[in-house]
Amino acid sequence: MAETSDSGAFVAFERVQKSYDGETLVVKDLNLTMPQGEFLTMLGPSGSGKTTCLMMLAGFETATYGEIKLDGMPINNIPPHKRGIGMVFQNYALFPHMTVAENLSFPLEVRKMGKSVREEKIKRALDMVQMGSFAGRRPSQLSGGQQQRIALARALVFEPELVLMDEPLGALDKQLREHMQFEITRLAHELGITTVYVTHDQTEALTMSDRVAVFNDGRIQQLAPPDRLYEEPENSFVAQFIGENNTLEGTIKSISGNTCEVQLDDGEVIVARPVNVTEVGQKTRVSIRPERVEMDKSRLQEGAHTLKAEVLEFVYMGDIFRTRLRVAGNTEFVMKTRNAPDQVRLKKGQQIEIGWLPDDCRALDA
Amino acid sequence: MKLTHTLLAGSALALVAGAASAQDLTLVSWGGAYQSSQQKAYVEPYVEANPGVSVTWDESSAEAVAKLRAMNEAGNITWDLVDVVAADAIRLCDEGLAMEYDPDELLAPGDDGSSAEDDFGDLIVSDCFIPQIVYSTTFGYRTDLVPEGVEAPTDVCSVFDLETYPGKRSLEKRPINNMEWALYCDGVAKDEIYDVLATPEGQDQALAKLDTIKDEVIWWSAGADTPQLLADGEIFMGSTYNGRLFSVIVEQDQPVGMLWDMQVFDLDGWIIPAGLDEESQAAVEDFVKFATDTTRLADQSKYISYGPARLSSAPLVSTHADLGVEMAPHMPTDPENAKNTLLYNYEFWADYRDDIDAKFQSWLAK
Amino acid sequence: MSDTTQNGPMLAADGTPLKRSLARALRRQKMRALMLISPLLIFVLVTFIAPIADMLFRSVENQMVSETLPTTTQVLGEWDHSAGEPPAEPVYEALYYDLFIAAEAKEHTKLGTRLNYEYTGVSSLFRSTGRGLDDLGDDYLDELEEVDDRWGEGAFWYDLMTGTGSTDEDLVAAHAKRLEQLTGDKLSGDVGFAPSTEIAALLPKTTAAYADFAVYTALVDGDVVAEEDPWESVYVGLMTDLQTADVASYSGPEAEALQTAAEAAQGIEYIPLKTFFAEEDEDWLNVDIWATVQTYSSKYTSGYFLNAVDLQLTPDGIEARPENQQIYIMLFKRTMFMSLAITFSCIALGYPVAWLLANLPASKANLLMILVLLPFWTSLLVRTSAWKVMLQQQGVINDVLVWLGLVDDAARLVMINNQFGTIVAMTHILLPFMILPLYSVMQGIPPSYLRAAKSLGATNWTAFWRVYFPQSVPGIGAGSILVFILAIGYYITPEIVGGTTGTFISNRIAYHISSSLNWGLGAALGAILLAVVLLLYWAYDKIVGIDNVKLG
Repeated sequence: MAETSDSGAFVAFERVQKSYDGETLVVKDLNLTMPQGEFLTMLGPSGSGKTTCLMMLAGFETATYGEIKLDGMPINNIPPHKRGIGMVFQNYALFPHMTVAENLSFPLEVRKMGKSVREEKIKRALDMVQMGSFAGRRPSQLSGGQQQRIALARALVFEPELVLMDEPLGALDKQLREHMQFEITRLAHELGITTVYVTHDQTEALTMSDRVAVFNDGRIQQLAPPDRLYEEPENSFVAQFIGENNTLEGTIKSISGNTCEVQLDDGEVIVARPVNVTEVGQKTRVSIRPERVEMDKSRLQEGAHTLKAEVLEFVYMGDIFRTRLRVAGNTEFVMKTRNAPDQVRLKKGQQIEIGWLPDDCRALDA
Repeated sequence: MKLTHTLLAGSALALVAGAASAQDLTLVSWGGAYQSSQQKAYVEPYVEANPGVSVTWDESSAEAVAKLRAMNEAGNITWDLVDVVAADAIRLCDEGLAMEYDPDELLAPGDDGSSAEDDFGDLIVSDCFIPQIVYSTTFGYRTDLVPEGVEAPTDVCSVFDLETYPGKRSLEKRPINNMEWALYCDGVAKDEIYDVLATPEGQDQALAKLDTIKDEVIWWSAGADTPQLLADGEIFMGSTYNGRLFSVIVEQDQPVGMLWDMQVFDLDGWIIPAGLDEESQAAVEDFVKFATDTTRLADQSKYISYGPARLSSAPLVSTHADLGVEMAPHMPTDPENAKNTLLYNYEFWADYRDDIDAKFQSWLAK
Repeated sequence: MSDTTQNGPMLAADGTPLKRSLARALRRQKMRALMLISPLLIFVLVTFIAPIADMLFRSVENQMVSETLPTTTQVLGEWDHSAGEPPAEPVYEALYYDLFIAAEAKEHTKLGTRLNYEYTGVSSLFRSTGRGLDDLGDDYLDELEEVDDRWGEGAFWYDLMTGTGSTDEDLVAAHAKRLEQLTGDKLSGDVGFAPSTEIAALLPKTTAAYADFAVYTALVDGDVVAEEDPWESVYVGLMTDLQTADVASYSGPEAEALQTAAEAAQGIEYIPLKTFFAEEDEDWLNVDIWATVQTYSSKYTSGYFLNAVDLQLTPDGIEARPENQQIYIMLFKRTMFMSLAITFSCIALGYPVAWLLANLPASKANLLMILVLLPFWTSLLVRTSAWKVMLQQQGVINDVLVWLGLVDDAARLVMINNQFGTIVAMTHILLPFMILPLYSVMQGIPPSYLRAAKSLGATNWTAFWRVYFPQSVPGIGAGSILVFILAIGYYITPEIVGGTTGTFISNRIAYHISSSLNWGLGAALGAILLAVVLLLYWAYDKIVGIDNVKLG
């Protein structure tokens, strides 16, 4: 998906800054726009500022500087209950003293809807999450996954145009989580809701989102669709943070257009694609995804440069083989190969030669 | 085993220690200035003469009857000598909780050669009661709050005269004394007061008289209340013990005066609890003989303005220990002060206390 | 795997039935658990259960009357007060001997005090009569000694009463038992006396009186019976016996002296005991006093409880107390009302404080917590007296109001010695008991609930009232129960600042325990208070549910 122009933005952060103590910035100069109907995930390690951004959007935190706009309207001074944003919390925050139906009825009651309208909407929302028969239960009588569904239904029952989700699947086990990931994306797309989703789980981010904003140190490091984020990380943080990644350290020897030469620390020179390196002599980290590492020369370009590697560990993982190698002094270099019938099973101590396409080898900042 | 030995050794030590200091005397008194006068006049000279004796005070006289009864039920008397008012001594004697004694045997003869029985005379109101002092309950008033152009009060009935002497009064929160004053000021002859008070009509008459000032009364239950209320200017006049008033007027130099009219004479003295073991009893008897001789009783009046209970002590009453004030004119026994007095009627109140108190409390609560 | 093929019970490895084996293992566990809590259990039993049981017992216990006057109450049982006539001679006779030994044991004035709760004047009646009991016997002795000097001698009497032939040991044992009841002490030892059956039959009243004397002398005083001069009651017994007994045929020791005395007795004026008592105090002919003794002669009485609810037990049944003596129902109501008022003001003041505590950052919350706990570290008396200084008419608050010109100097506010003062002082004292449970409950309410409510469109107030408040109710419940129950039992503070309109029922309980010494009434009031608290607790459980109470 391409960057949306400002005019079509449904949600917009404009030069937003946030500081709690007046000394350090938790969010630094944040600019972000979202078109209507987009599913955007804020991904990042804890303390990266992603939750703060969500809370500013919800109205529970105020921006220290800058403006947040919703549908073109600045909302900095609008209290949270007037923003009409649905929200799903990490611990679901279902009201324990109310039944499921009462929980869902709450947002409708405060909007002064009539009883019949309420009942109908509640029923529709519960059916939507396949919880129609649980209306009379209390949250404490539900399992985690069921509570999660109710929390989702409650956030959607008053038909908000924007829904915020703050690590909503954090407390669920793996299988249920995967199932819910699917459910949430399905609902979001079916209902055409704009969704801002916060998580620190990259798989979740990659599988669910239209676009992912990777946060670190109070800044968006990269904002891109999942595939681009994975395949074309724009800096070494993103490369490291998203997926498994091999790093080789070296110095830029020469740059020409779309290629550059990098002299690795052990003297080897490899060809890479310069991403955010600009000058010769600059320190760089070269990033190669493990599944793009090839030991079969026939699959490489003619005359492609290869490196010597020693097998340190060979792990059988079912669909793939994971091989840990020593490459240019790096003992954590990983290669993943598909479990194909003709695939060689390597032995520890075996010396092999590996290579990759120059485009898969990205020279990033050090 | 080791623990058992240690415990045994410990208790053996405790036993030995207990035997060695069998001369521990636990005296019970009222605390405050009165107790310290006893400490200075009796205990200090006694301990000086008998270095083996140590004295502990327990400020429990106000609940002495209840506590002695409880100790007696538990079968463990921990007090050796108890200072009580005469009415309590009579009750304790009635209940067999106090020891009966022979005055001539237990008490020292007077300095003037009279026998102890003659020297104390009628003040031995019970076979268990060893008289110590004569005190009276009378009224004090704020001299600065006497209305202009009006003589300072000299008559007890000015308590009931709200027109001439407006302002709050304080009275003790019990019927004793108040009922007598009320009848006296309602025109009942002094020698008929108790006859009238024995009838329901008389009781109603007394309460009706008290009713005329009820709105202006603060009811006290601790002896320190009235002096404090006078010092704070909370009340115009109030009843309390003459020794307390002496302290407010002479020692603290407050603008307070006092009445010597219809003050109620009462006695305070010692009782020896019944059922002491022989050793403690001998020790207590020795102390009592010393503490109630002519000199000691006269000495006590150096510290507090209560009259010694012995006739032979009266001529020895001298000046205040610190202030050098002549004490005789401040004594309730001084002829100038004792022109119109009322003697506490122990027999009457033993009979009528429960009945009149029920009415009095019911009246108070209305 | 078990290789048994039998259909019997499952067996453990050692062949015992599995059930028994399990039971044994569990029992060991239970015993160990019991032993671990036994110090606490004993502590609770001794310091909590036992006193309460004792209090409940005292509120109905009334053995004093029948133990002090056992024969009298027995003989009096047939008397009917409604006839308006005082009882007949046998009752007075029984009273004389009962009262005599009671006076010796110093128990009669206790009974006087006890009956004085029910009928004014009994106290002095018993005390003064107790003093005069000796006189009658002394008079008789003087007359008898004119006939024979030996009548005043202990040894002579001992020989006469012991006689020859068979002795009546049971009679002595019965009198010893009665004395034990009277004094309440366990008496042991040998009396060293038993009357001959012959003399017991011939002179029954003398024997009874002498047996009382012998038992008391030997067991209480620890003296030798034969060496002590008999009590005056023995002479009264002898004179009474001699009015009817035929001593001419008696041939035991000192028979001659007895016969001489019998002859002389003809010339001594015999005073019937009814006449004697009437002369001592004419109140002994008062039907009401006897009716009171009769009404309260049972071992257990509802009298204290009736008194505690402004009723009284009279010979004619249960009646309301005279209106000018009714106070307890009113005090119970006032105690409830004021405790409720205190509880509500604690909620009103404590809730925001607890909320602040739960929501402030830790460093500020700790400081606030110290302020909340500060009252706990000050003596109760000091705090209460401080309120006195604050609230009195010449006190700090009034001074400030007058200085500000809000209140006229002549019309200073009365804020103490009334209900207001009590409520203010007690709210202050009990506030921590409300704040602490509230705080701990509020701490357990995650802030995300409020955020969730707001995100769902609720205003601050709706979010608080519909979402936060219902979840803090268990804390309010716990705090209220604590405060209410503590308030209901407070007496020092109401005593100091309550004046006449701000005192509680507990002040009367304290008065009866420490001042009037009517422990039975105090216990009855206490028992009612306990019952009321339990009742309220039960009602609370029914309405709110006790599992809805959280201390943290």
